[in-house]
Amino acid sequence: MKRSLFVSILFVVFALTPFKADAQCKQFAKNTCKVGLSPFQHDGNYHAAILLEGEEAELYKTFYSDTQYRIGICGANNLGEVEFSIVDGSGKVLYNNKFHGYEWKWDFKLESSQQLKIVVKVPVTNGMSNEPKEGCVAIMFGFKEK
Amino acid sequence: MNIKLLESGKQFILLFAILAFISGSCASDKSKENKNADNSGLSDDFNSEMDDDLAEKINTAKRIFYSLPSPLETAMLIKSAGANYDGDLLNKVENTSKYNTNLKMALNLGIYTTDLSYASLFDQTQATLSYINAAKKMADGLEILDAIDEATIRRLEENINNRDVIIDIISETLLNSNSFLEDKGLQNTSAIILVGGWVEGLHIATSLVEKGANLKTNKLVERIVDQKLSLNIVVSLLENNKDNAEVQILLKDVAELSAIYDKITIEQSEITPVEDPNTNVTTLKSESTIKITQEVFDELARKVKELRTRYIS
Repeated sequence: MKRSLFVSILFVVFALTPFKADAQCKQFAKNTCKVGLSPFQHDGNYHAAILLEGEEAELYKTFYSDTQYRIGICGANNLGEVEFSIVDGSGKVLYNNKFHGYEWKWDFKLESSQQLKIVVKVPVTNGMSNEPKEGCVAIMFGFKEK
Repeated sequence: MNIKLLESGKQFILLFAILAFISGSCASDKSKENKNADNSGLSDDFNSEMDDDLAEKINTAKRIFYSLPSPLETAMLIKSAGANYDGDLLNKVENTSKYNTNLKMALNLGIYTTDLSYASLFDQTQATLSYINAAKKMADGLEILDAIDEATIRRLEENINNRDVIIDIISETLLNSNSFLEDKGLQNTSAIILVGGWVEGLHIATSLVEKGANLKTNKLVERIVDQKLSLNIVVSLLENNKDNAEVQILLKDVAELSAIYDKITIEQSEITPVEDPNTNVTTLKSESTIKITQEVFDELARKVKELRTRYIS
């Protein structure tokens, strides 16, 4: 009976853990990243994932002329300085936050509409632990008419 | 499920082990896929004994996200192009009772949220209330829990004359809905909703272009042509979920749109970023020239109308 109870508890913990992690990532995106987009209007899209140190993410999006944008890249505190760059269709790097003090956001506007790629890199830290760190990284967009 | 099975400790442990194995397999598979899934937990005790090769694979795997303009951004683009409000273009809220399949509910959740965003940006208070209720019916039908709850609707009603608050509520509703689908691994539903909203944006925009408009200088036409830049994103979103039969239907639809967009050309010069040190805003300087004939525009408008009519039927 005791063993059944123990296994049942394990089962519940096991079943709920991924959901809890996802929910934490959502709350992180909402409370940390979305809030920082102000005075830009968040577009309502959600792009967030748990990333390991050393891991990369890419996001493709079309940005429109006559609109001002704020890109916000937010990483969990334990991940260190998350690097991001903005790359155009020809592969030209238009911005890299490592040359701007690892600023988490970038404001820009366009003279003509463009599809751009956002490349996000989680740094590898030289901690004492052998275990790779992981944490939530959110990519969010705000806009306003120019 | 057989109750006796659950009552047996040994069999329960076996069941647990099987579930653990299945779950572990799914997580590993997902980590290798280039899709916008959130695959792992936040736990601090990452398995330190993980095989080095597997760790290397996970570390070098790239998460790929594809982002279409959200219903809010679509509505803003239409408005900023100088378009007017025309409520007759929107999907009737009475149609909600017709949508009984997941495909129709997902498509029309996208369509109604675009209509909602369009109505709210033009301060159409009654339409805003009607469309959030229509969107709620679709979200409820898809079991997207709490995306639009009664409290959201009450808050909207209480702030119906405050556009900034209304837009914030819509933005939060979209975020809740998107994150719920992401968390539940329902990327196929998410993709269908996005495509529904995107096609609705095209429908509103193409319908609002006045007959005889100069295609070279009309801002709304420019926005419609700009969607050519997002076509590969639409295709990638759907391709990532092509195991789903409903997604395959949409892939065919998008291929037909793509064939028409192939007749439109966009020539772009090199982009030069110039930062304003006073505002910290960077301008991406470039020139763009579009070429579209009246025949191609009419063909595109007809195709959009055909697809959208099917989606709302």
